[in-house]
Amino acid sequence: MSDNAIRYISKPHPVTGVTNSKLGIWCFLASEVMFFGGLFSAYVLLRASAPSWPRGSDLLNVPLATLNTLVLITSSVTMVMAWASLALKDFSKYKRYMAATILLALVFLVVKSIEYAHKFEHHYFPATNTFYAIYFTLTGLHGLHVLGGVVVNTYFLFPGSALWKNDPEQFQGRIECAGLYWHFVDLVWIFLFPVLYLL
Amino acid sequence: MNEKHHSHDLPFWRKYIFSLDHKVIGIQYGVTGLLFLFFGFCLMMLMRWQLAYPGQPLPLLGNLFSERMMVGGIMLPEFYNQLGAMHGTIMVFLGVVPLAVGGFGNYLVPLQIGAPDMAFPKLNMMSYWVYFLGGVTMIASFFLPEGAAQSGWTSYPPLANIATSGQTVWLVGMVLLITSSLLGSINFIVTIVQLRADGLSFFRLPFFVWAQFVTSFLLLLAFPPLEAAGVLQLMDRLAGTSFFMPSGLVVAGNPLVVSGGGNPLLWQHLFWFLAHPEVYVLILPAMGIVAEIFATNTRKPIYGYKSMVCSVIFLGFMSFIVWAHHMFLTGMSAKMSAFFQITTMIISIPSVIVLTALALSLWGGSIRFNTPMLFAVAFLPMFGIGGLTGLPLGLAASDIHLHDTYYVIGHFHYVVAPGTIFALFAGVYHWYPKVTGRKMSEVLGKIHFFLSIVLINGIFMPMFILGLAGVSRRLYDQMQYAHAQPTQPLNVFISICAWLLGLAQIPFVINFFGSLIWGKKVERNPWQATTLEWAAPSPPPHGNFDTVPQVYRGPYEYSVPGLKHDFWPQNMAQEN
Repeated sequence: MSDNAIRYISKPHPVTGVTNSKLGIWCFLASEVMFFGGLFSAYVLLRASAPSWPRGSDLLNVPLATLNTLVLITSSVTMVMAWASLALKDFSKYKRYMAATILLALVFLVVKSIEYAHKFEHHYFPATNTFYAIYFTLTGLHGLHVLGGVVVNTYFLFPGSALWKNDPEQFQGRIECAGLYWHFVDLVWIFLFPVLYLL
Repeated sequence: MNEKHHSHDLPFWRKYIFSLDHKVIGIQYGVTGLLFLFFGFCLMMLMRWQLAYPGQPLPLLGNLFSERMMVGGIMLPEFYNQLGAMHGTIMVFLGVVPLAVGGFGNYLVPLQIGAPDMAFPKLNMMSYWVYFLGGVTMIASFFLPEGAAQSGWTSYPPLANIATSGQTVWLVGMVLLITSSLLGSINFIVTIVQLRADGLSFFRLPFFVWAQFVTSFLLLLAFPPLEAAGVLQLMDRLAGTSFFMPSGLVVAGNPLVVSGGGNPLLWQHLFWFLAHPEVYVLILPAMGIVAEIFATNTRKPIYGYKSMVCSVIFLGFMSFIVWAHHMFLTGMSAKMSAFFQITTMIISIPSVIVLTALALSLWGGSIRFNTPMLFAVAFLPMFGIGGLTGLPLGLAASDIHLHDTYYVIGHFHYVVAPGTIFALFAGVYHWYPKVTGRKMSEVLGKIHFFLSIVLINGIFMPMFILGLAGVSRRLYDQMQYAHAQPTQPLNVFISICAWLLGLAQIPFVINFFGSLIWGKKVERNPWQATTLEWAAPSPPPHGNFDTVPQVYRGPYEYSVPGLKHDFWPQNMAQEN
């Protein structure tokens, strides 16, 4: 029954042009769009129905968030480079770029927790008002997504990279999927930053 | 991936408990779903006692319940509310959807498209176990000191925000169930797009696969906003935020200490954005099952296959823009309600097309009235009643009178109980030979069918009368209300029918388990059907097919003129 195995795990389907996991990750990202879409619509509805709404830049730390934006964009670049290194069959370069991606993600999380700590010090909590409620919820959920990316990427840096020796094509496909997810997490932040900090 | 094809080497717990095989996972989903359906039904039978004989102690069973559920066998209002909330939640999210999508979908989709398994077997196993965990969480909430969630299956704030701890557990359970559905729906979409056998183009897919395909998109895209809403309500309950709490709320005479500024309607929008597509998640797989059984048992092709397929796709799209017809009474503007009235009327068109095509499929067929066919045929009028009684609810003017009455209960139960659940029973009887290699008893099946069809109508038909009389769906004791008192005898009648319906399931249970032992053994294709699952052995082994199937024609080539046999399987190159 060896000819009856699951097809298109590492080779793309001739008609759709994608592997199973790539189609799967796109579906997953579609559901993520709906998830954050729901949260953003909650933000719009709450803000539209509020009698007054504070300006994000008056309450939040814009320079730190700008730094974080740059950190996350850079990590997206290193993620692409990690994938490109695999395409060029340079495994040691892949490891360096992947490590850089993880490191930058951790920097993002550290900066974020410094921001949180400042807010807590000044007794700003989710329960303070609706602005802080949506700020903490949205950035918190985004932070969880970053953390998820760190876990996945760390797996692909250490134990998961064993696949490179057996099936480089499949491993490269997996990194591409992880990359798509990582770009999505980056993209969410690109929306969150102006919406929460600047508007 | 290769290790899973050496299944015979696997230890018991890998083969039957943490299995990666879509068939084992399908059976796990199916059996768990049936058990939850039974559990949810038991909750309702308890409620029916209070509704029929309000304030009287429950005989025999009453003393088994703890002090915070029943005092001296008399049901407490809090416990009644818990039963109501959990009946809805369990039936929808733990019973019908897992059975229809997780059970039937998992087992049949790979077989019907000629694939060896789902695209992501590990993800498949995970989605079952996350669902299981969600189910355990929900059940466990009954044992909390303050009991389970009691704010209805819709969990409207502010009530749900200030409810007891059961609500928090409900939310955690929901997040788990939603995650499981998401994982499952990704798996279905990828499997159907990527793993169809050679020659099996989209318009050669059995209608059941199409129904599962559209259902998966609904699950994928409609569930995340509810997950978002669930997170927001969890924040409200645990972190003290006020997403759904308006300013100046007074509870039991005391002003509530919250930051305020939230909007309870936000929850309703996010909830119904899921929950209306969810209605189609409940009904589409049922339509798929009925179409398969009709084609097999009328021995002729489904009438208007392509228009049915286009209808369900259109239905899927439309289901995303009708949600606010659940909210006509929230004070929305006339323009908004006009928009949602129009979309609601439009969405009834594809449903009617599917139903009409199915009814026309019966025309001129030489029908075999076996048990699966009886249940499938009963689906048509039952779903028809459910659909038609929905129209007055979709029009804002008549909805003002009918909203939140027993009329609504009657309406959606006609769609889901004698509609979907009958179709699911039909599916169990129809595919049981494929799953087990044995047929179920026709005699017991027919007893089950005729008792069920009579009794279930005895339950839901009087509810329309109760609703038109203005009886609210949420009353603990309707004898407290003068306008509802004259209809109380109907409640007694409904309750007796419900308990008898419970007894009428005994033949099914005997048949379901007994047929494993004494059922007549069958070959691959006992019903002489055309779709690919019947080309595999019964029960199918790991990898499903002896040879990789090749597909030559559409799914319903029955009674083709000039052929020796009245069925022409999809994988037969030449006439057999």
